[in-house]
Amino acid sequence: MPKTIIPFGPQHPVLPEPLHLKLVMQDETIVEAIPAIGYVHRGLEKLTETKEFTQNVYIVERICGICSFMHALTYCQGIESLMGVEVPPRARFLRVIWAELHRIHSHLLWLGLLADAFGFESLFMQCWRNREKVMDIMEETCGSRVIISGNTIGGTRRDISSEMLVKISSVADEIRDDLKRVEPVFFNDYTVKHRLVGVGVLEREKAYVLGAAGPMARGSGIRQDLRMTGYAAYGELDFEPIVETDGDCYARTMVRLKEVYQSIELIKQAASIIPEGEISVPVKGFPKGEVVSRVEQPRGEVLYYMRGNGTKNLDRLRVRTPTFANIPALLQMLPGSQLADVPVLILTIDPCISCTER
Amino acid sequence: MFDMISNIFKNLSSKPATRKYPFEKRETFKDSRGSVKGVDIDTCIFCGICARKCPSDAIAVDRNSKSWEIDPFKCVVCGVCAEVCPKKCLFMDEQYSASAYSKGKNKFVQQPKPAEEEPGKVSA
Repeated sequence: MPKTIIPFGPQHPVLPEPLHLKLVMQDETIVEAIPAIGYVHRGLEKLTETKEFTQNVYIVERICGICSFMHALTYCQGIESLMGVEVPPRARFLRVIWAELHRIHSHLLWLGLLADAFGFESLFMQCWRNREKVMDIMEETCGSRVIISGNTIGGTRRDISSEMLVKISSVADEIRDDLKRVEPVFFNDYTVKHRLVGVGVLEREKAYVLGAAGPMARGSGIRQDLRMTGYAAYGELDFEPIVETDGDCYARTMVRLKEVYQSIELIKQAASIIPEGEISVPVKGFPKGEVVSRVEQPRGEVLYYMRGNGTKNLDRLRVRTPTFANIPALLQMLPGSQLADVPVLILTIDPCISCTER
Repeated sequence: MFDMISNIFKNLSSKPATRKYPFEKRETFKDSRGSVKGVDIDTCIFCGICARKCPSDAIAVDRNSKSWEIDPFKCVVCGVCAEVCPKKCLFMDEQYSASAYSKGKNKFVQQPKPAEEEPGKVSA
């Protein structure tokens, strides 16, 4: 049987992000997948070297729209540890609340996109309708829907009033109830299971060797969640990482679906025990030395390397995003699968190409 | 297999989740970062802190010609300028800016103060 090469992307109806794969096909089966990235490289890492370290917060936020808050959080935590700044407890809890709101909206967006990928339009609309409530909370608390600019070095820029915290808890309950109504569709629906169960199996050992991150690793049975390290206020909250053992698309969907409930619980916990006090401390001086800062994003672990030289500019800022860690695992999963499964397979790594290329 | 049916019937009987946008607009939230409205130019002391802190270099302040200028097409509406202003004379608008036909900058120039404001100094 002769081999043919079918280009997938960079423009594809299922994925708004420009991921390009050359799929070497034999009949309908994939033999090899060759990735090509670099379509949305914006040179943001280089840009951060020319700006002041305080201005960089607003640049790293723009690396990715979906997890903008986590990017700023990683950057701020790194700079704070370089400069020895102690963040007030209230700011740490506020950071957890906003970070978990971001996780909810990212996972709901992804669940909708997945439904869209296998052609379930009404399920897609249901998920995105729920997501809109989170976006409204973001705008009400921080002033913007997506790039919320809540972080600053030394704390947060805005406070959440106690009435607003009560409102956030009640909206979180609403989202949980609405999601409970569509949850059986993901769990039990025949068409959904037909497209997900047993597709793209990634064994535990392979996921470990290839360095999969986030829900990809947890879907393959690796109990790895950076929130367990207790950054921000996660050390004072009670939670257990969600792990599925099957390693197929269905398991990864379950992990993300259950993480939405987990995030809702974390927000309610944080809102109930948040201490009163300052939201930020003034920062003096310039960062000197080097540091690695890590945060659990909706897609997995993000890693920032920073080196300061005692001036207002950083020497180097390096970002390694979770999608970059998950692409090798994707290339392992693709050979042997059918062409029709490719969109679903690519979506279950939750690719964020603008993160990966920066 | 019939899990979605109950949702569909519920959606049929409930009101729409969307708004008929151009005709029906949502109220903006309080302190929403819509756009930078401008500066109260008579209060401005032209210190230039807003221009230095701006992450996208959208603001240009000139002390000699007493002008304050913002490029709304560069502005990322982070709100830092309004936060750091020592005279609190920079204002944000909760409504986002409308689309424009041509690119341009918003310039504010302080007019020289009328002479009759300083008679006290003259007599002393």
